[in-house]
Order: sequence, then C-alpha cells, then structure tokens
Amino acid sequence: MDQIASNIGLLIDFPIVNAAIIIEGLMIGALFALAAYGLALVWGVMNVKNLAQGDFVIGGGYVAWYLNKSFGLHPLLGVVVAFIVMWGIGWVAYKLVISRVIERDLFTSLLATFGLAIMMAQIMNLLFGSDTQSLELDVSFLGLPNTFSFAGGIINLPAAKIIGVLMAAGLATAVILFMKNSRMGQAIRATAQDARAARVLGIDTEKVYSFTFSLNAAICGAAGAIIVMVWVIQPFYGITYSVRAFVIVTAAGLGNLPGVIAAGLGIGAAEQYGAHIFGIQYQQGIAVILLLLVLLYRLLQQRRKRQVLQ
Amino acid sequence: MAFTESKTGKIGLYGVLLVATIVAPFLFPNYSVQLATLWIFIIVAITWDMTGGQMGYNSLGNIFFYGTGMYAAAVVGIGLVYNVGDYTAAAGGGIYEFTVTQWMTGYLLGSLFAGVFCAITAVILGYLFFGLRGPYFAIGTLGVAIAAGELVSNWDWVGGGQGISLPIYPGDAGVGKNVIYFGFAAVGVVLFIFVKWLYSTRFGAAINAIRDDEEKAEAMGLQTLRYKLTAWAMSAFFVGVAGGMSGFQLGHFEPLETAYQTINLGIFMVVCVLLGGKGTLWGPIIGAVMFQIFKEVTWNYFLGWQWVALGALIVVTVVYFQDGLMGWLMQKKPEWFGIRVEKKDDAAQTAQ
Repeated sequence: MDQIASNIGLLIDFPIVNAAIIIEGLMIGALFALAAYGLALVWGVMNVKNLAQGDFVIGGGYVAWYLNKSFGLHPLLGVVVAFIVMWGIGWVAYKLVISRVIERDLFTSLLATFGLAIMMAQIMNLLFGSDTQSLELDVSFLGLPNTFSFAGGIINLPAAKIIGVLMAAGLATAVILFMKNSRMGQAIRATAQDARAARVLGIDTEKVYSFTFSLNAAICGAAGAIIVMVWVIQPFYGITYSVRAFVIVTAAGLGNLPGVIAAGLGIGAAEQYGAHIFGIQYQQGIAVILLLLVLLYRLLQQRRKRQVLQ
Repeated sequence: MAFTESKTGKIGLYGVLLVATIVAPFLFPNYSVQLATLWIFIIVAITWDMTGGQMGYNSLGNIFFYGTGMYAAAVVGIGLVYNVGDYTAAAGGGIYEFTVTQWMTGYLLGSLFAGVFCAITAVILGYLFFGLRGPYFAIGTLGVAIAAGELVSNWDWVGGGQGISLPIYPGDAGVGKNVIYFGFAAVGVVLFIFVKWLYSTRFGAAINAIRDDEEKAEAMGLQTLRYKLTAWAMSAFFVGVAGGMSGFQLGHFEPLETAYQTINLGIFMVVCVLLGGKGTLWGPIIGAVMFQIFKEVTWNYFLGWQWVALGALIVVTVVYFQDGLMGWLMQKKPEWFGIRVEKKDDAAQTAQ
C-alpha cells in the first residue's frame, strides 16, 4: 500500500513522469491497435474469434529475428518479409482450419483457434527455443541518433520505437485506404455487411474470406516484426497479445476503426499507468481485468436497455 | 442407457464398473497416479458438461474453481495446524510436522471447504457474468481464470509466485496414494450418481430448455438466472473439491502452471467433453478416458511434440468431430438411445 501511495505521489510531484508514461503507453498501444485491427477485421467479416492472433504476432517476430540472425537481413526489411511470410501462414491456417469453422457456432471458432494457438506456440518453442529474443535496430545509417532524450533524460525515446510507431501508423493507413478504395476492400466490406447478398451479387465470398484472414495474419506478422525491434518476444507471449486484442475489440465494438485505434492507444497508456502504480508484475493481470471491466460495463449497458424495454 | 436395454444388465454394468474402480489401484499399483489423474479428468469433464453441454453456457474458466479450490483447501489444511503466513513464508523450509490425523482432517475438511467456497464464488461470479452470451461468456470466464492466476501469484500470504508446498502423507507412502485415489474416485462416483439423478429431474429439463432457447424458456416463466446460478454453483462445488484434493496429491503447486492452468486442464476438460459427446451422460466420461489415454501415449512416445499433438487433437476434434463419440453413435445407432427413426423406404411405401 505504501508503495502504491508513493508511486502515485511520484506522479503528482513530477508531472513530466506522466508524459514519459503516456508516450511509452501510446507507443505500445499503437502496436496493440494493429493486432486488434486484424482481429476486428476477421471478427467483423467472417465472424471468427481468432484466439491465435497473438501467436501470429509472435510468429512474425520470429520470422524477422531468424532471418536477421541467420542471413543478416536488416530488421526493417524483416518487417516486409514477415508480412509476406505470415500472409502465407495465414492462408494455410485458413485453408486447413478456419474455412471449416466460419459457418459454425461461435464457440467452435474460439476453441479451434485456441488449438491453433497452442500448436503455433509449441512449434515456435521447438524451433527457436524458449528464451526471450530481440533485435537491435541500428539507425546510424540514416544519420539519426539511436536515442532521443528530452526533459533532462526523463523521457528517452529510442529511435527504434519511433520508427516502429511510424511503421505501424503507415501500415494502418495503407490498410484503411485499401479497404476504402480497392475492389477487394469493397468486396470485403460488402461481405461483412451481408455475406449472402454479396454472394448473390457475384462476390466470391470464399476468396474474400481467405484474403481477409491472410491479410489479418500478415498485419499481425508485421506488428510482430516491429515488436521484436522494440521489446522482446518469446514463444509463449502470444496469449498476452491475444488478450489485449480482445480487450480492444470488445471495448471499441466491431467495424469501428477509429474506436479500435483509440482503444488500443488508451489501453496501452492505462496499462503503463497500472504497471507504474501497482508494480510491473501486475501488468498482465491489469490487461485481463480491463477486459473483464469492459465486458461488465457492456453488460450493465444492455441491462439498462432491457429495463427500458420493460 | 446406451449399451444395455434390460434393468439387470444395467445394474450388472454399473457393478462391473464399480468393482473395476475399486480394484484398479491394487491391480496396477504403478499407475495409481495416472488413475487418480483420470478421475480428475472425469470429474472436471462431467462438471463442465453440466453448464457447457446441458445448459449451453460454454465456460472456458471452470479452471478458476479448480485453482481456487486448491488454494482454499491448502489454506484450511495448513491453517488448522499452523499459521498460514508463517508456513508459506518458510516456502517448504522450517519444521512443520503433520500427524496422520492432522493430514487426513486437512485433506477431507479442506477439500469440502474448497467445494463450498467455490460454490459461493460461482454464485457471485455467475451473477456478474451470466448476462454474457455465447463467446462473450467464454471469453469473460477465461479472463476471470487468467486474472485470478495473475493476482494470486502476487499474493504473498498464499506463497505468491512460489506457490504452496503441502505436506506429503505422513504415513506409509502406498497407503497415501490409495487415500488420494479413493478420494477422487469417491467424488467421481458421487458426482456421477448425482448428475444421473439431476438430469432426470425437472431441473435437468429446465437447464436443457435454457440451452435450446433461453428467451423462450424465460417466456415460459422459468427463472433462468436462478437455474443458471444453481447449475454453475453445483458444478463449481465438485470442481472445487477435486481441485482441493489435487493440491494434496501434487504436494507442491504454484499459481500459473498448476492451480490456474488455463491452457492445460482448463482446455482439456472442454476437449474431453467434445471428444465424448456433449450433453450426454456418458460422453464426458468416455471422452475423459480417451483423452487421458491419448495424453499418456503422446507424453511417452512423442516427447517434445506432445503439445503440438494436443493442439492438433483440439483442432481436429472441434472442426471435424464436434459431436463426439456419443453423437456419432447416436447418429449411427439411434435405437440404442431409444430414438425411433422411420426408415425412408417405409415412409415412401406408406405414401404410395
């Protein structure tokens, strides 16, 4: 308790610490938002709740890490390669498993993707070992310092994080533009609205589904390749990203893209505050408790709606 | 049930199973740990099926009651003799002796208390979460289990991330193993008799109605929330007892991997039920046996790949074989289940 009080006191006495926490939180949140956006896409278009979301993220991270360690591929190029490789893995996962659970009840997709998540985590564990891994991003070739410091060293921004956030933002923008303007994006949105009507109008929904799921895996993979530069990855960290993606999508609601981004950034910041106040060991617990709070809040909202109806 | 028509046949079958249950640990003394684990699987599978199969509320968080039961029983078992805080602070060190009587009291009273405690927790949690439907209920309960594991691992009074080391049975080791085995077996048998009776009552019909169409059940005047809470509390009671006992079986447990083992037992129980066939009396039991055999075989012969094999089993079961063995049998041999099917040819003939 004393510890918590003194942590809060620190925030009040030194407002600049708040800024440091918020910036850190927003950066983490940007990557959460990316994974959550993929989930919202799959959830909205094909009504599949993908619990393997986090494992796609970690998978992308390992692709970039492995190519760097074995072939010396630059981490920034690794993001592109991870996008492509995870696209392929997503396609395989779709053909083998997901395509058979789309029309089934929702619990089926939850469990099937849970099995997929266990398999992916274990295969990565067998291939790459259970140690945490990360990549050093050296940006001196761009003529930039590797760390930017503000406010007398309280706020330290590694260049890797800034580049990571910029790439995340760029990727998100590209996907949004693609969904808005391209033919395939329109087909995806039409399928999300009414799959049967889309089929009647000549849209190959099967192709739309496989495309959507592959795209989701690819987005996650790119996010993972960014994460491996910024933090660390480990075969079993996937579940934490899955949980956060679920928190964000549940909080924002489906098909609400600005909501997903806002919720992602907000959860990143909330988690950092929680970790600062209660201690880092509670970080995972805080993410899950946020999920429960969001669910309960939604429940109360609906209960009120029901009472109004009565 | 399925396999026999006559009453004497039924009684004979149950008699054979009961005798097998009693003699099994003496016939295969080397496997008594595996047999006890099999009973845990049977208990958690039947209890999961009470809400998942019979009531249509697929919980992924029943493991919460297992872990909570483990902790509740351990705290009672230790607390009857020593100060819990001192005991856990010593983390297995220090001199804490238990006599056989003290151990047995802790084992039995602790597990019973764990069951009651979990039932009460289930009512409180159920009151909060039963408004959630379908996948949201599954995600919400999963969240409860994960959060509980994280919080308990930061709670020093119960040992934090280190967990608790319970005393092993102070008497003869062989007797200790049998005490554990028969504890589980007794809970399992009582549970089976209980659900067999329960599903034949009005209560069973009511929870089936909730599964089939909750809105209509409510419109018919069923107090759905009350039924849901009762069903979940009953299933939580048995999971809690089983969890409490497995704490004493393991001797040492810690929060994330053993007590609140969300991705192990928490998912296994669902897979057991799906393998056997959900919503049936025998399905969970058959599924648990099948799963336990699969698990032991992969753990022994595919070491290293056992988890991959398990993940594959989950995917294949869920995607291709969701009705389970009983569902498949029900389709192939409906007459075994007392379902009369008019043959297509007969119908065509009468039409002519």
